[in-house]
Amino acid sequence: MITLDNVTKTYKSAAGDFHAVRNVSFTVNEGELAVLIGPSGSGKTTTMRMINRLEKATSGTISVNGQDINSLNVVELRRHIGYVIQQGGLLPHFTVAENVALVPRLLGWDKKKRRARAEELLALVDLDPAIYADRFPRQLSGGQQQRVGVARALAADAPIILMDEPFGAVDPITRNQLQRWLRQVQRDVRKTIVFVTHDINEAFLLGDRIILMKDGQIAQNGSPADLLRTPASDFVKEFIGDEFALQALEHTYIAELARPFVPDVPDDALVIPGDMSIPEASREITQAESTGHDGFWVANDNGEPDGYVTYEDFANVLSEGIASEVEAEEADTIDPELLGEEERAHAVHS
Amino acid sequence: MRYILDNPEKVLDLTWDHIQLVGIAILIASAIGIPLGILINRVRWLQLPVLNLSGVLYTVPSIAFFAILIPYTGIGKTTAIYALAVYSLLAIVRNTAAGMDEVDKATKDAADGMGMTKLQRLRMVELPLALPYILTGIKIATVAGIGIAVIAVVIGGGGLGRLVFDGIRTQEANPVLAGAIMSVLLAFIADFGIGRLALLFRRDLRASAERGS
Repeated sequence: MITLDNVTKTYKSAAGDFHAVRNVSFTVNEGELAVLIGPSGSGKTTTMRMINRLEKATSGTISVNGQDINSLNVVELRRHIGYVIQQGGLLPHFTVAENVALVPRLLGWDKKKRRARAEELLALVDLDPAIYADRFPRQLSGGQQQRVGVARALAADAPIILMDEPFGAVDPITRNQLQRWLRQVQRDVRKTIVFVTHDINEAFLLGDRIILMKDGQIAQNGSPADLLRTPASDFVKEFIGDEFALQALEHTYIAELARPFVPDVPDDALVIPGDMSIPEASREITQAESTGHDGFWVANDNGEPDGYVTYEDFANVLSEGIASEVEAEEADTIDPELLGEEERAHAVHS
Repeated sequence: MRYILDNPEKVLDLTWDHIQLVGIAILIASAIGIPLGILINRVRWLQLPVLNLSGVLYTVPSIAFFAILIPYTGIGKTTAIYALAVYSLLAIVRNTAAGMDEVDKATKDAADGMGMTKLQRLRMVELPLALPYILTGIKIATVAGIGIAVIAVVIGGGGLGRLVFDGIRTQEANPVLAGAIMSVLLAFIADFGIGRLALLFRRDLRASAERGS
Protein backbone atom coordinates (compact mmCIF):
# COMPACT_ATOMS: atom_id res chain seq x y z
CA MET A 1 0.00 0.00 0.00
CA ILE A 2 1.19 3.49 -0.88
CA THR A 3 -0.05 6.58 0.89
CA LEU A 4 0.67 10.19 0.02
CA ASP A 5 -0.42 12.69 2.63
CA ASN A 6 -0.48 16.37 1.72
CA VAL A 7 2.62 16.10 -0.45
CA THR A 8 4.10 19.19 -2.06
CA LYS A 9 7.11 19.57 -4.32
CA THR A 10 8.47 23.06 -4.80
CA TYR A 11 11.30 24.03 -7.10
CA LYS A 12 13.04 27.20 -6.05
CA SER A 13 14.45 29.45 -8.72
CA ALA A 14 15.45 33.06 -9.17
CA ALA A 15 12.11 33.73 -10.90
CA GLY A 16 10.24 32.53 -7.81
CA ASP A 17 8.99 29.26 -6.41
CA PHE A 18 7.33 26.78 -8.70
CA HIS A 19 4.96 24.26 -7.18
CA ALA A 20 5.23 21.17 -9.35
CA VAL A 21 3.00 19.23 -6.96
CA ARG A 22 0.63 20.86 -4.47
CA ASN A 23 -0.99 19.23 -1.44
CA VAL A 24 -1.53 15.89 -3.09
CA SER A 25 -3.02 13.07 -1.03
CA PHE A 26 -4.06 9.64 -2.20
CA THR A 27 -3.83 5.97 -1.34
CA VAL A 28 -3.08 3.08 -3.63
CA ASN A 29 -4.32 -0.16 -2.10
CA GLU A 30 -2.50 -3.43 -2.24
CA GLY A 31 -2.89 -5.17 -5.60
CA GLU A 32 -4.36 -2.07 -7.18
CA LEU A 33 -3.16 -0.45 -10.40
CA ALA A 34 -3.47 3.31 -10.06
CA VAL A 35 -2.95 5.46 -13.13
CA LEU A 36 -1.55 8.96 -12.68
CA ILE A 37 -2.65 10.94 -15.69
CA GLY A 38 -2.77 14.55 -16.77
CA PRO A 39 -1.48 17.01 -19.33
CA SER A 40 2.26 17.65 -19.45
CA GLY A 41 3.37 19.77 -16.53
CA SER A 42 0.56 18.47 -14.34
CA GLY A 43 3.04 16.94 -11.89
CA LYS A 44 2.17 13.30 -12.49
CA THR A 45 5.74 12.13 -13.12
CA THR A 46 7.13 14.18 -10.25
CA THR A 47 4.50 12.67 -7.97
CA MET A 48 5.52 9.16 -8.99
CA ARG A 49 9.24 9.86 -8.68
CA MET A 50 8.79 11.06 -5.12
CA ILE A 51 7.60 7.59 -4.13
CA ASN A 52 11.03 6.01 -4.70
CA ARG A 53 12.74 9.25 -3.75
CA LEU A 54 14.17 10.01 -7.16
CA GLU A 55 12.65 13.37 -6.25
CA LYS A 56 12.51 14.60 -2.72
CA ALA A 57 9.15 15.84 -1.46
CA THR A 58 9.36 19.38 -0.12
CA SER A 59 6.66 18.72 2.46
CA GLY A 60 4.10 16.08 3.35
CA THR A 61 4.50 12.40 4.09
CA ILE A 62 4.80 9.45 1.77
CA SER A 63 4.57 6.00 3.24
CA VAL A 64 4.95 2.58 1.75
CA ASN A 65 3.28 -0.26 3.64
CA GLY A 66 2.88 2.03 6.61
CA GLN A 67 6.52 3.12 6.80
CA ASP A 68 7.55 6.69 6.12
CA ILE A 69 9.92 6.48 3.14
CA ASN A 70 12.21 9.08 4.66
CA SER A 71 12.87 6.74 7.58
CA LEU A 72 14.18 4.07 5.19
CA ASN A 73 17.56 3.77 3.54
CA VAL A 74 17.07 5.17 0.05
CA VAL A 75 19.00 2.38 -1.70
CA GLU A 76 17.08 -0.31 0.19
CA LEU A 77 13.79 1.45 -0.54
CA ARG A 78 14.48 1.49 -4.28
CA ARG A 79 15.57 -2.13 -4.36
CA HIS A 80 12.18 -3.06 -2.99
CA ILE A 81 10.20 -0.96 -5.44
CA GLY A 82 10.15 -2.06 -9.08
CA TYR A 83 10.79 0.71 -11.58
CA VAL A 84 9.99 0.74 -15.30
CA ILE A 85 10.67 3.68 -17.60
CA GLN A 86 10.17 4.53 -21.24
CA GLN A 87 12.05 2.16 -23.55
CA GLY A 88 12.75 0.07 -20.51
CA GLY A 89 15.85 2.01 -19.52
CA LEU A 90 17.86 -1.16 -20.06
CA LEU A 91 21.60 -1.15 -19.56
CA PRO A 92 22.96 -1.53 -23.11
CA HIS A 93 26.10 -3.39 -22.03
CA PHE A 94 24.23 -6.02 -19.99
CA THR A 95 22.58 -9.01 -21.62
CA VAL A 96 18.83 -9.36 -21.36
CA ALA A 97 19.19 -11.91 -18.56
CA GLU A 98 21.66 -9.68 -16.68
CA ASN A 99 19.32 -6.74 -17.02
CA VAL A 100 16.43 -8.73 -15.62
CA ALA A 101 18.54 -10.03 -12.74
CA LEU A 102 20.04 -6.65 -11.92
CA VAL A 103 18.24 -6.00 -8.64
CA PRO A 104 18.75 -9.62 -7.45
CA ARG A 105 22.45 -9.03 -8.16
CA LEU A 106 22.43 -5.84 -6.10
CA LEU A 107 20.71 -7.82 -3.36
CA GLY A 108 23.55 -10.34 -3.44
CA TRP A 109 21.86 -13.41 -4.92
CA ASP A 110 24.30 -15.96 -6.30
CA LYS A 111 24.81 -16.34 -10.02
CA LYS A 112 22.87 -19.54 -10.49
CA LYS A 113 19.82 -18.28 -8.67
CA ARG A 114 19.91 -15.03 -10.63
CA ARG A 115 20.04 -16.84 -13.93
CA ALA A 116 17.14 -19.10 -12.98
CA ARG A 117 15.09 -16.11 -11.86
CA ALA A 118 15.85 -14.23 -15.10
CA GLU A 119 14.76 -17.19 -17.21
CA GLU A 120 11.59 -17.62 -15.19
CA LEU A 121 10.67 -13.97 -15.68
CA LEU A 122 11.52 -13.89 -19.37
CA ALA A 123 9.11 -16.77 -19.80
CA LEU A 124 6.51 -14.81 -17.85
CA VAL A 125 6.82 -11.84 -20.21
CA ASP A 126 6.56 -14.14 -23.25
CA LEU A 127 10.20 -13.96 -24.33
CA ASP A 128 11.75 -17.38 -24.87
CA PRO A 129 14.83 -17.46 -22.58
CA ALA A 130 16.62 -19.84 -24.96
CA ILE A 131 16.47 -17.18 -27.65
CA TYR A 132 16.61 -13.89 -25.79
CA ALA A 133 18.45 -14.39 -22.47
CA ASP A 134 21.94 -13.83 -23.90
CA ARG A 135 21.09 -11.12 -26.40
CA PHE A 136 21.84 -7.47 -25.80
CA PRO A 137 19.04 -4.90 -25.57
CA ARG A 138 19.83 -3.28 -28.92
CA GLN A 139 19.19 -6.62 -30.62
CA LEU A 140 15.57 -6.50 -29.45
CA SER A 141 12.60 -4.55 -30.83
CA GLY A 142 11.15 -1.66 -28.83
CA GLY A 143 8.24 -3.76 -27.63
CA GLN A 144 10.53 -6.58 -26.53
CA GLN A 145 12.79 -4.15 -24.66
CA GLN A 146 9.72 -2.85 -22.89
CA ARG A 147 8.81 -6.36 -21.76
CA VAL A 148 12.33 -6.89 -20.47
CA GLY A 149 11.91 -3.62 -18.54
CA VAL A 150 8.79 -5.00 -16.90
CA ALA A 151 10.47 -8.34 -16.20
CA ARG A 152 13.31 -6.48 -14.49
CA ALA A 153 10.87 -4.63 -12.26
CA LEU A 154 9.35 -7.95 -11.21
CA ALA A 155 12.66 -9.78 -10.67
CA ALA A 156 13.21 -9.15 -6.97
CA ASP A 157 9.52 -9.73 -6.28
CA ALA A 158 8.97 -6.18 -5.14
CA PRO A 159 5.36 -5.75 -4.01
CA ILE A 160 5.25 -2.26 -5.51
CA ILE A 161 6.03 -1.19 -9.07
CA LEU A 162 6.32 2.30 -10.50
CA MET A 163 5.86 2.66 -14.25
CA ASP A 164 6.74 5.94 -15.95
CA GLU A 165 5.04 6.05 -19.37
CA PRO A 166 6.44 2.60 -20.08
CA PHE A 167 4.68 2.17 -23.42
CA GLY A 168 5.13 5.73 -24.64
CA ALA A 169 7.88 5.03 -27.14
CA VAL A 170 6.44 2.11 -29.12
CA ASP A 171 4.10 2.13 -32.12
CA PRO A 172 0.32 2.08 -31.50
CA ILE A 173 -0.16 -1.58 -32.43
CA THR A 174 2.65 -2.78 -30.19
CA ARG A 175 1.42 -0.45 -27.46
CA ASN A 176 -2.01 -2.02 -27.57
CA GLN A 177 -0.52 -5.50 -27.40
CA LEU A 178 1.65 -4.50 -24.45
CA GLN A 179 -1.31 -2.98 -22.65
CA ARG A 180 -3.41 -6.12 -23.04
CA TRP A 181 -0.42 -8.17 -22.04
CA LEU A 182 0.17 -6.08 -18.90
CA ARG A 183 -3.47 -6.61 -17.87
CA GLN A 184 -2.88 -10.32 -18.18
CA VAL A 185 0.36 -10.24 -16.21
CA GLN A 186 -1.17 -8.03 -13.51
CA ARG A 187 -4.02 -10.52 -13.16
CA ASP A 188 -1.41 -13.15 -12.32
CA VAL A 189 1.02 -11.18 -10.16
CA ARG A 190 -1.32 -8.65 -8.47
CA LYS A 191 1.25 -5.99 -7.70
CA THR A 192 0.56 -2.56 -6.32
CA ILE A 193 1.30 -0.42 -9.35
CA VAL A 194 1.53 3.32 -9.95
CA PHE A 195 1.39 3.89 -13.69
CA VAL A 196 2.06 7.31 -15.26
CA THR A 197 0.65 8.08 -18.69
CA HIS A 198 -0.84 10.92 -20.69
CA ASP A 199 -2.94 8.55 -22.81
CA ILE A 200 -6.54 8.46 -21.60
CA ASN A 201 -7.22 5.21 -23.47
CA GLU A 202 -4.37 3.57 -21.64
CA ALA A 203 -5.66 4.91 -18.32
CA PHE A 204 -9.11 3.42 -18.84
CA LEU A 205 -7.74 0.17 -20.18
CA LEU A 206 -5.34 -0.47 -17.31
CA GLY A 207 -6.46 1.49 -14.28
CA ASP A 208 -8.38 0.13 -11.33
CA ARG A 209 -8.17 3.72 -10.18
CA ILE A 210 -7.46 6.86 -12.14
CA ILE A 211 -5.90 9.89 -10.52
CA LEU A 212 -6.27 12.81 -12.89
CA MET A 213 -3.92 15.71 -12.20
CA LYS A 214 -3.86 19.31 -13.30
CA ASP A 215 -1.35 22.02 -12.35
CA GLY A 216 0.14 19.88 -9.61
CA GLN A 217 -3.18 19.07 -7.97
CA ILE A 218 -5.62 16.20 -8.17
CA ALA A 219 -8.62 17.00 -10.34
CA GLN A 220 -10.33 13.70 -9.64
CA ASN A 221 -9.44 10.41 -8.04
CA GLY A 222 -11.77 7.51 -8.71
CA SER A 223 -12.55 4.37 -10.65
CA PRO A 224 -12.75 4.62 -14.46
CA ALA A 225 -16.52 4.36 -14.14
CA ASP A 226 -16.60 7.25 -11.62
CA LEU A 227 -14.72 9.49 -14.02
CA LEU A 228 -17.04 8.62 -16.89
CA ARG A 229 -20.31 8.86 -14.99
CA THR A 230 -19.62 11.62 -12.48
CA PRO A 231 -16.80 13.83 -13.70
CA ALA A 232 -15.85 16.21 -10.88
CA SER A 233 -15.35 19.25 -13.08
CA ASP A 234 -15.43 20.57 -16.63
CA PHE A 235 -11.73 19.92 -16.83
CA VAL A 236 -12.27 16.23 -16.14
CA LYS A 237 -15.06 16.08 -18.72
CA GLU A 238 -12.89 17.83 -21.27
CA PHE A 239 -9.87 15.71 -20.56
CA ILE A 240 -11.78 12.48 -20.93
CA GLY A 241 -13.35 13.79 -24.11
CA ASP A 242 -16.94 13.55 -25.26
CA GLU A 243 -16.30 10.93 -27.86
CA PHE A 244 -14.54 8.76 -25.40
CA ALA A 245 -17.44 6.93 -23.82
CA LEU A 246 -17.99 4.45 -26.64
CA GLN A 247 -14.26 3.95 -26.89
CA ALA A 248 -14.30 3.28 -23.20
CA LEU A 249 -16.59 0.36 -23.89
CA GLU A 250 -13.86 -1.11 -26.05
CA HIS A 251 -11.71 -1.12 -22.99
CA THR A 252 -14.36 -2.54 -20.72
CA TYR A 253 -14.26 -6.28 -20.52
CA ILE A 254 -17.19 -8.58 -20.07
CA ALA A 255 -15.55 -10.04 -16.99
CA GLU A 256 -15.91 -6.64 -15.31
CA LEU A 257 -19.71 -6.76 -15.69
CA ALA A 258 -20.07 -10.30 -14.44
CA ARG A 259 -22.30 -10.94 -11.47
CA PRO A 260 -21.84 -13.98 -9.27
CA PHE A 261 -21.89 -17.27 -11.03
CA VAL A 262 -25.26 -18.95 -11.64
CA PRO A 263 -24.59 -22.66 -11.25
CA ASP A 264 -25.95 -25.50 -13.36
CA VAL A 265 -24.98 -24.10 -16.75
CA PRO A 266 -27.52 -25.53 -19.22
CA ASP A 267 -26.32 -27.17 -22.42
CA ASP A 268 -27.76 -24.45 -24.61
CA ALA A 269 -26.20 -21.63 -22.58
CA LEU A 270 -24.42 -18.81 -24.32
CA VAL A 271 -20.89 -18.54 -22.91
CA ILE A 272 -18.81 -15.46 -23.67
CA PRO A 273 -15.09 -15.31 -22.85
CA GLY A 274 -14.44 -12.78 -20.09
CA ASP A 275 -11.64 -11.05 -21.98
CA MET A 276 -13.95 -9.93 -24.78
CA SER A 277 -14.66 -6.20 -24.96
CA ILE A 278 -18.26 -5.05 -24.84
CA PRO A 279 -18.59 -4.31 -28.59
CA GLU A 280 -17.06 -7.70 -29.39
CA ALA A 281 -19.47 -9.44 -27.06
CA SER A 282 -22.34 -7.46 -28.55
CA ARG A 283 -21.56 -8.89 -31.99
CA GLU A 284 -21.30 -12.36 -30.53
CA ILE A 285 -24.64 -12.06 -28.77
CA THR A 286 -26.53 -10.78 -31.82
CA GLN A 287 -25.22 -13.68 -33.86
CA ALA A 288 -26.07 -16.30 -31.26
CA GLU A 289 -29.38 -18.12 -31.28
CA SER A 290 -31.87 -17.08 -28.66
CA THR A 291 -31.74 -19.45 -25.71
CA GLY A 292 -34.59 -18.45 -23.49
CA HIS A 293 -32.32 -17.41 -20.61
CA ASP A 294 -32.29 -13.82 -19.36
CA GLY A 295 -28.56 -13.51 -19.77
CA PHE A 296 -25.30 -15.23 -20.66
CA TRP A 297 -22.44 -16.88 -18.81
CA VAL A 298 -18.93 -15.47 -18.67
CA ALA A 299 -15.97 -17.79 -19.00
CA ASN A 300 -12.62 -17.37 -17.24
CA ASP A 301 -9.21 -17.77 -18.88
CA ASN A 302 -9.55 -21.54 -18.84
CA GLY A 303 -12.86 -21.41 -20.67
CA GLU A 304 -14.88 -22.43 -17.61
CA PRO A 305 -18.01 -20.36 -16.89
CA ASP A 306 -17.56 -18.47 -13.63
CA GLY A 307 -19.90 -15.49 -13.89
CA TYR A 308 -23.21 -14.34 -15.26
CA VAL A 309 -24.45 -11.16 -17.01
CA THR A 310 -28.11 -10.38 -17.61
CA TYR A 311 -29.10 -8.96 -20.98
CA GLU A 312 -30.65 -6.06 -19.12
CA ASP A 313 -27.33 -5.09 -17.50
CA PHE A 314 -25.56 -5.53 -20.77
CA ALA A 315 -28.05 -3.34 -22.61
CA ASN A 316 -27.77 -0.63 -19.96
CA VAL A 317 -24.02 -0.42 -20.26
CA LEU A 318 -24.19 -0.51 -24.01
CA SER A 319 -26.80 2.25 -24.22
CA GLU A 320 -24.84 4.48 -21.83
CA GLY A 321 -21.92 4.32 -24.18
CA ILE A 322 -24.01 4.84 -27.27
CA ALA A 323 -25.97 7.72 -25.73
CA SER A 324 -22.82 9.68 -25.02
CA GLU A 325 -21.56 8.82 -28.48
CA VAL A 326 -24.68 10.32 -30.08
CA GLU A 327 -24.45 13.42 -27.89
CA ALA A 328 -20.85 13.84 -28.92
CA GLU A 329 -21.70 13.55 -32.57
CA GLU A 330 -24.47 16.09 -32.29
CA ALA A 331 -22.16 18.49 -30.54
CA ASP A 332 -19.03 18.17 -32.61
CA THR A 333 -19.39 16.54 -35.93
CA ILE A 334 -22.38 17.95 -37.71
CA ASP A 335 -22.50 16.58 -41.22
CA PRO A 336 -22.27 19.60 -43.59
CA GLU A 337 -24.60 17.83 -46.06
CA LEU A 338 -27.44 18.19 -43.56
CA LEU A 339 -27.06 21.92 -43.19
CA GLY A 340 -28.52 24.73 -45.26
CA GLU A 341 -26.32 26.69 -47.64
CA GLU A 342 -25.67 29.53 -45.24
CA GLU A 343 -24.93 27.31 -42.26
CA ARG A 344 -22.61 25.21 -44.36
CA ALA A 345 -20.55 28.25 -45.29
CA HIS A 346 -20.43 29.15 -41.63
CA ALA A 347 -19.37 25.66 -40.61
CA VAL A 348 -16.58 25.60 -43.15
CA HIS A 349 -15.20 28.91 -42.01
CA SER A 350 -15.32 28.22 -38.32
CA MET B 1 65.52 -0.94 -43.21
CA ARG B 2 69.06 -2.09 -43.74
CA TYR B 3 70.11 -0.28 -40.59
CA ILE B 4 67.46 -2.02 -38.53
CA LEU B 5 68.48 -5.45 -39.83
CA ASP B 6 72.17 -4.69 -39.23
CA ASN B 7 71.66 -3.47 -35.69
CA PRO B 8 68.67 -5.40 -34.41
CA GLU B 9 69.74 -5.42 -30.80
CA LYS B 10 70.31 -1.71 -30.57
CA VAL B 11 67.10 -0.83 -32.38
CA LEU B 12 64.99 -3.22 -30.32
CA ASP B 13 66.58 -2.01 -27.07
CA LEU B 14 65.79 1.59 -27.89
CA THR B 15 62.28 0.68 -29.05
CA TRP B 16 61.66 -1.09 -25.74
CA ASP B 17 63.00 2.00 -23.98
CA HIS B 18 60.58 4.10 -25.95
CA ILE B 19 57.64 1.87 -25.11
CA GLN B 20 58.49 2.06 -21.41
CA LEU B 21 58.82 5.81 -21.54
CA VAL B 22 55.45 6.34 -23.16
CA GLY B 23 53.76 3.47 -21.34
CA ILE B 24 54.65 4.67 -17.85
CA ALA B 25 53.73 8.23 -18.75
CA ILE B 26 50.31 7.11 -20.02
CA LEU B 27 49.74 5.02 -16.89
CA ILE B 28 50.47 8.02 -14.69
CA ALA B 29 48.33 10.29 -16.86
CA SER B 30 45.44 7.81 -16.77
CA ALA B 31 45.71 7.38 -13.02
CA ILE B 32 45.33 11.13 -12.63
CA GLY B 33 43.28 11.95 -15.71
CA ILE B 34 40.43 9.44 -15.42
CA PRO B 35 39.52 10.36 -11.82
CA LEU B 36 39.87 14.02 -12.79
CA GLY B 37 37.52 13.49 -15.73
CA ILE B 38 34.99 11.83 -13.42
CA LEU B 39 35.39 14.65 -10.92
CA ILE B 40 34.65 17.41 -13.43
CA ASN B 41 31.66 15.43 -14.65
CA ARG B 42 30.33 15.46 -11.09
CA VAL B 43 31.41 18.93 -9.99
CA ARG B 44 30.36 21.14 -12.86
CA TRP B 45 32.09 24.35 -11.87
CA LEU B 46 35.46 22.59 -11.94
CA GLN B 47 35.02 21.68 -15.60
CA LEU B 48 36.21 24.95 -17.15
CA PRO B 49 39.25 25.60 -14.93
CA VAL B 50 40.50 22.02 -15.20
CA LEU B 51 40.10 21.79 -18.98
CA ASN B 52 41.63 25.24 -19.45
CA LEU B 53 44.61 24.46 -17.26
CA SER B 54 45.35 21.16 -19.00
CA GLY B 55 44.80 22.92 -22.33
CA VAL B 56 47.38 25.56 -21.47
CA LEU B 57 49.87 22.90 -20.31
CA TYR B 58 49.35 21.13 -23.63
CA THR B 59 50.40 24.20 -25.61
CA VAL B 60 53.77 24.64 -23.88
CA PRO B 61 56.47 23.55 -26.39
CA SER B 62 57.95 20.24 -25.30
CA ILE B 63 61.56 21.41 -25.33
CA ALA B 64 60.63 24.32 -23.07
CA PHE B 65 58.78 21.98 -20.80
CA PHE B 66 61.80 19.71 -20.44
CA ALA B 67 63.89 22.73 -19.58
CA ILE B 68 61.42 23.88 -16.96
CA LEU B 69 61.36 20.46 -15.30
CA ILE B 70 65.13 19.86 -15.18
CA PRO B 71 65.76 21.95 -12.02
CA TYR B 72 63.21 19.84 -10.16
CA THR B 73 63.65 16.34 -11.52
CA GLY B 74 67.09 16.47 -13.05
CA ILE B 75 68.21 14.98 -16.32
CA GLY B 76 67.02 11.56 -17.37
CA LYS B 77 64.04 9.31 -17.86
CA THR B 78 62.02 10.60 -14.91
CA THR B 79 61.83 14.10 -16.31
CA ALA B 80 60.82 12.77 -19.71
CA ILE B 81 58.08 10.65 -18.18
CA TYR B 82 56.66 13.55 -16.14
CA ALA B 83 56.60 15.79 -19.17
CA LEU B 84 54.90 13.15 -21.31
CA ALA B 85 52.34 12.48 -18.60
CA VAL B 86 51.43 16.16 -18.42
CA TYR B 87 50.99 16.26 -22.19
CA SER B 88 48.75 13.20 -22.11
CA LEU B 89 46.55 14.61 -19.39
CA LEU B 90 44.38 16.86 -21.55
CA ALA B 91 43.21 14.19 -23.98
CA ILE B 92 42.45 11.73 -21.19
CA VAL B 93 40.62 14.18 -18.91
CA ARG B 94 38.60 15.66 -21.73
CA ASN B 95 37.56 12.33 -23.22
CA THR B 96 36.71 10.82 -19.84
CA ALA B 97 34.46 13.76 -19.05
CA ALA B 98 32.88 13.61 -22.51
CA GLY B 99 32.26 9.87 -22.17
CA MET B 100 30.64 10.32 -18.77
CA ASP B 101 28.44 13.09 -20.19
CA GLU B 102 27.38 10.84 -23.06
CA VAL B 103 25.85 8.19 -20.80
CA ASP B 104 22.12 8.33 -21.46
CA LYS B 105 20.14 10.13 -18.77
CA ALA B 106 17.45 7.44 -18.86
CA THR B 107 20.10 4.76 -18.24
CA LYS B 108 21.42 6.62 -15.20
CA ASP B 109 17.87 7.19 -14.00
CA ALA B 110 17.16 3.47 -14.32
CA ALA B 111 20.36 2.66 -12.41
CA ASP B 112 19.30 4.97 -9.55
CA GLY B 113 15.76 3.64 -9.63
CA MET B 114 17.01 0.05 -9.35
CA GLY B 115 18.72 1.02 -6.12
CA MET B 116 22.36 1.21 -7.13
CA THR B 117 24.66 3.09 -4.78
CA LYS B 118 26.62 5.97 -6.31
CA LEU B 119 29.71 3.80 -6.50
CA GLN B 120 27.84 0.90 -8.08
CA ARG B 121 26.39 3.20 -10.71
CA LEU B 122 29.87 4.50 -11.51
CA ARG B 123 31.46 1.05 -11.63
CA MET B 124 28.68 -0.95 -13.27
CA VAL B 125 27.13 1.62 -15.58
CA GLU B 126 28.94 4.87 -16.20
CA LEU B 127 32.55 3.71 -16.53
CA PRO B 128 31.75 0.75 -18.82
CA LEU B 129 29.59 2.95 -21.03
CA ALA B 130 32.17 5.74 -21.10
CA LEU B 131 34.98 3.26 -21.78
CA PRO B 132 35.17 3.71 -25.57
CA TYR B 133 35.59 7.47 -25.07
CA ILE B 134 38.20 7.02 -22.36
CA LEU B 135 40.16 4.64 -24.59
CA THR B 136 39.98 7.13 -27.44
CA GLY B 137 41.55 9.68 -25.12
CA ILE B 138 44.29 7.24 -24.15
CA LYS B 139 44.86 6.38 -27.80
CA ILE B 140 45.24 10.02 -28.85
CA ALA B 141 47.59 10.64 -25.92
CA THR B 142 49.66 7.55 -26.70
CA VAL B 143 50.05 8.27 -30.40
CA ALA B 144 51.02 11.87 -29.68
CA GLY B 145 53.28 10.73 -26.84
CA ILE B 146 55.23 8.35 -29.09
CA GLY B 147 56.11 11.31 -31.29
CA ILE B 148 56.94 13.70 -28.48
CA ALA B 149 59.07 11.08 -26.70
CA VAL B 150 61.54 11.18 -29.60
CA ILE B 151 62.59 14.62 -28.37
CA ALA B 152 63.07 13.33 -24.82
CA VAL B 153 66.54 12.20 -25.77
CA VAL B 154 67.78 15.79 -25.42
CA ILE B 155 67.37 15.52 -21.66
CA GLY B 156 68.72 12.00 -21.51
CA GLY B 157 65.40 10.27 -21.77
CA GLY B 158 66.66 7.63 -24.18
CA GLY B 159 64.34 5.86 -26.58
CA LEU B 160 64.16 6.05 -30.34
CA GLY B 161 65.19 9.70 -30.24
CA ARG B 162 68.73 8.41 -29.69
CA LEU B 163 68.78 6.99 -33.23
CA VAL B 164 67.39 10.16 -34.73
CA PHE B 165 69.67 12.57 -32.93
CA ASP B 166 72.76 10.37 -33.38
CA GLY B 167 71.98 10.26 -37.08
CA ILE B 168 71.67 14.01 -37.27
CA ARG B 169 74.94 14.50 -35.40
CA THR B 170 76.89 12.11 -37.59
CA GLN B 171 75.01 13.18 -40.71
CA GLU B 172 73.82 9.67 -41.45
CA ALA B 173 70.35 9.22 -42.91
CA ASN B 174 69.92 5.54 -42.00
CA PRO B 175 69.67 5.76 -38.22
CA VAL B 176 67.34 8.75 -38.55
CA LEU B 177 65.10 6.75 -40.85
CA ALA B 178 65.27 3.70 -38.59
CA GLY B 179 64.19 5.78 -35.60
CA ALA B 180 61.40 7.36 -37.58
CA ILE B 181 60.16 4.06 -39.00
CA MET B 182 60.10 2.37 -35.60
CA SER B 183 58.26 5.28 -33.99
CA VAL B 184 55.67 5.37 -36.77
CA LEU B 185 55.25 1.62 -36.43
CA LEU B 186 54.69 1.93 -32.68
CA ALA B 187 52.15 4.70 -33.18
CA PHE B 188 50.36 2.60 -35.75
CA ILE B 189 50.15 -0.42 -33.45
CA ALA B 190 48.96 1.75 -30.55
CA ASP B 191 46.34 3.38 -32.74
CA PHE B 192 45.02 0.03 -33.91
CA GLY B 193 45.32 -1.84 -30.64
CA ILE B 194 44.03 0.58 -28.00
CA GLY B 195 40.78 1.22 -29.87
CA ARG B 196 40.09 -2.48 -29.82
CA LEU B 197 40.66 -2.84 -26.09
CA ALA B 198 37.03 -1.79 -25.61
CA LEU B 199 35.96 -5.07 -27.20
CA LEU B 200 37.74 -6.95 -24.41
CA PHE B 201 35.56 -5.33 -21.78
CA ARG B 202 32.31 -4.75 -23.59
CA ARG B 203 30.65 -7.94 -24.77
CA ASP B 204 27.83 -5.97 -26.36
CA LEU B 205 30.26 -4.12 -28.64
CA ARG B 206 31.91 -7.44 -29.44
CA ALA B 207 28.54 -8.88 -30.35
CA SER B 208 27.85 -5.96 -32.69
CA ALA B 209 31.33 -6.19 -34.22
CA GLU B 210 30.89 -9.91 -34.88
CA ARG B 211 27.60 -9.33 -36.61
CA GLY B 212 29.40 -6.77 -38.76
CA SER B 213 27.09 -3.92 -37.89
